[in-house]
Amino acid sequence: MIKVIAGRLLQLIPVLWVILTLTFFMTKIVPGGPFSAERQATPEVIAQLNAYYGLDKPVWQQYLGYLSKVVRFDFGPSYTYQSESVNEVIARAFPISLQIGTLAFFIALIIGVTAGVVAAVNKNKLWDYLPMSIAMLGICLPTFVLGPVLALVFGLILKLAPVSGWYGLNYVPLHPMVMPAVTLGLFYAAYIARLTRGGMLDILNQDFIRTARAKGVPEHEIIFRHAMRGGLLPVVAFLGPSFAGLISGSFVVEKVFNVPGLGQEFIKSVFNRDYPLILGTVLFFGALIVIFNLVSDVVQALLDPRSRK
Amino acid sequence: MKTVMALISALFLSGLLWVQAQCAIIDTSSYSLTLREANRNKILLITVGSEPRTLDPQAAQGVTEHHIIMAMIEGLVAPSLRDQSKVVPGMADRWEHNEDSSIWTFHIGEDREWSNGDPVTAHDFVFSYRRMLTASFGAQYAENLFILKGAEDYYKGKTRDFDKVGVKAIDDHNLRIELVGPTPYLLSLVQHDSWLPVNPKAILKFGNIDTRDTKWTHAGNFIANGPFVMKSWRPNDVIQVVRNPRYWDAANVKLNGINFYSIENLNTQDRAFQAGQLHKTDQVSLDKVPYYRRVHPELIRIDPYEGVYFYRLNISRKALDNPKVRLALNLAVDREAIVKNILREDQKPATGFTPPGMGDYEPLKKHSYDPDRARQLLAEAGYPNGKGFPKFTIHFNTLESHRAIAEAIQQMWKEELGIEVTLENQEWKVYLDTQNSMNYDISRSAWIGDFMDPVTFLSMWTTGNGNNNTHWSNPKYDALIDQAARTGDPQARLEVLRQAEDIFLREAPVVIIYWYTNAYLLQPSVQNWYPLVLGNHNYKYIDLKDEFEATK
Repeated sequence: MIKVIAGRLLQLIPVLWVILTLTFFMTKIVPGGPFSAERQATPEVIAQLNAYYGLDKPVWQQYLGYLSKVVRFDFGPSYTYQSESVNEVIARAFPISLQIGTLAFFIALIIGVTAGVVAAVNKNKLWDYLPMSIAMLGICLPTFVLGPVLALVFGLILKLAPVSGWYGLNYVPLHPMVMPAVTLGLFYAAYIARLTRGGMLDILNQDFIRTARAKGVPEHEIIFRHAMRGGLLPVVAFLGPSFAGLISGSFVVEKVFNVPGLGQEFIKSVFNRDYPLILGTVLFFGALIVIFNLVSDVVQALLDPRSRK
Repeated sequence: MKTVMALISALFLSGLLWVQAQCAIIDTSSYSLTLREANRNKILLITVGSEPRTLDPQAAQGVTEHHIIMAMIEGLVAPSLRDQSKVVPGMADRWEHNEDSSIWTFHIGEDREWSNGDPVTAHDFVFSYRRMLTASFGAQYAENLFILKGAEDYYKGKTRDFDKVGVKAIDDHNLRIELVGPTPYLLSLVQHDSWLPVNPKAILKFGNIDTRDTKWTHAGNFIANGPFVMKSWRPNDVIQVVRNPRYWDAANVKLNGINFYSIENLNTQDRAFQAGQLHKTDQVSLDKVPYYRRVHPELIRIDPYEGVYFYRLNISRKALDNPKVRLALNLAVDREAIVKNILREDQKPATGFTPPGMGDYEPLKKHSYDPDRARQLLAEAGYPNGKGFPKFTIHFNTLESHRAIAEAIQQMWKEELGIEVTLENQEWKVYLDTQNSMNYDISRSAWIGDFMDPVTFLSMWTTGNGNNNTHWSNPKYDALIDQAARTGDPQARLEVLRQAEDIFLREAPVVIIYWYTNAYLLQPSVQNWYPLVLGNHNYKYIDLKDEFEATK
């Protein structure tokens, strides 16, 4: 097992190298540069800036220079945040996305698994249709609709949460992370509910469940002890990448609630042609996704003896 | 199985605990103010839109940056309360100039201090302008200082001797500025970021005179001379400034602090305003303007703003190289309809290029809606009813209102002139690239003035100017702009500029569309917030009234 994990972690290096190389050259192909603006600076100024940031060198030299910095975990200066390095931007924005994402993850998991199990157990009854239609709605409703609606209801009307910013307000009970987390979490909960229901139905139709029922095992024990272990396997496979996705932040949710997370840095860096920040965030997200895929594989292996090798 | 479940539960619990702990860490006290508390404590809660890229005045480029920098750094003079064409003393308590306004002397007040206790001296200004003009520093607005005698030569390396540049500290308190020509609008110009002073100690502590991107702008390092000093800077969230006790006019500063929130999304700004988290928004989205006008006219403000919206025409394209065609395109646009039906923020249909409000400069009334004359001109140019007219593309950056305007103009040109154009939107940086490399036929454009003089709108159309981007060139126009720069008498100078603009409009390398306004939401408790065409409010005058309760 440990050998497998170590092997997978080693794979991280070539994967990240490929991501880095592709992204690096893609940023060079895209038209527009970091210093263009509606009010054009003179060509001399642009040349000075390019020289200052080493953008006047041949692309292969820039690439090698960048590579040699990256292996030392130095992602260079950000062009957008002129007094911060990319490392500093990630270090301040990631904890915020991590908090929101973690809370969203729990919300998604708790609501999703509960709804899925309830639906599976009550197959084709009201308690199947009800949670599943809500889940369908959750999948269809984009975060840019759900977010403002929640902000309107819980922020403006009920005055339970701030509608903007990452500063708690004394006069509202909820922390600013709650609304963004709920918005993000509900979307994922809907997927998890559908996956759970499918997985549970698969298992509940199997022979060993019938045997258990015949032996007179109480229903709750059948569900929680026997069915859930196998029924949750598809969910676990989904959780790895989705956790990585959640904690890396969402541009839309961060803009709607104006929270200073990493998701918006990723998108804005592309708009601004902030090459070092683009590369830094892409690499960071790449690493997160690989790592959490590995985690979900490990958990799956623990749950399912067949996939242990 | 049990161990797995235990492991997962443990993870859950520790995660929750950790999240709880994080909640406790956030200090909420100084951000958490109801409007009433903010009014009582005199803390202005305001958003200036997106996150500033820097707070170094000499590296700053945008309006967002300027509006925050203004709270902390004061120039030689400062904006007056109600009229953007008038100034009040800033670091200089008095100034005089020679007859043709080409040599100025500013007397720096003896009581002017930096927030670290150092006196503000004329040498600080010399240092600042030297930094601005050091090419390796790469200031985007360095060109602004080229009106100083010898500045361009120094910048371009033709001389290494800064003493040859027209800025001198006669002594600690007298700054002599010598310009290449008469500059009656200098007082407006020196309020621009590029002319603001920085504290040499603050800069040199973190690098050389030409080191970019240092940490001197961070809270704790920032040395200010304005009414406020920085207390904290949390990127993409809030910048807090508080009263500067060492400010020379501190007795007349009314606010105790300002929280500048970075809120980019207009809908979020709107919600934050309604929830009582803001005294003022940066803008109102177009679709909400009718609602506020109807239901809460006391909350919405629509001020004139020094900007013009227009289409650049690539005059190297066949057909567009004919002034008659370009004039026809101008005359076939019903600007009134665009402003009334699409924009709805009291924008003014443009009749000239330079917008109103430029002091004594009356805007030109050159172009209006005249479809008959437009058809006639097009026929004279050889395209009767648009026959044989090439198919052009209007190119704009992706934004709903740009599309709506482009569609309206597409329709007008088709109906009135019988010509077909297609529309193409591009992502912002791609759009800029297309425009700067002249890869377009017709390109949406806008220009916001930097200071209170028509030259801020007219100098860009000279031959070879980096912002011209139309291939238009007229020697007579160039000569007039040059003549204006050498004319000492203010009225005669404006007359020369009028003649230049007249040529520009007659030749019409652009289709003028409308003059900007700035629509925003403002709580009635905010006092002394008058309409100003540059939008540069001197924060020391702003006050908050306690008895007003937020209306919503």
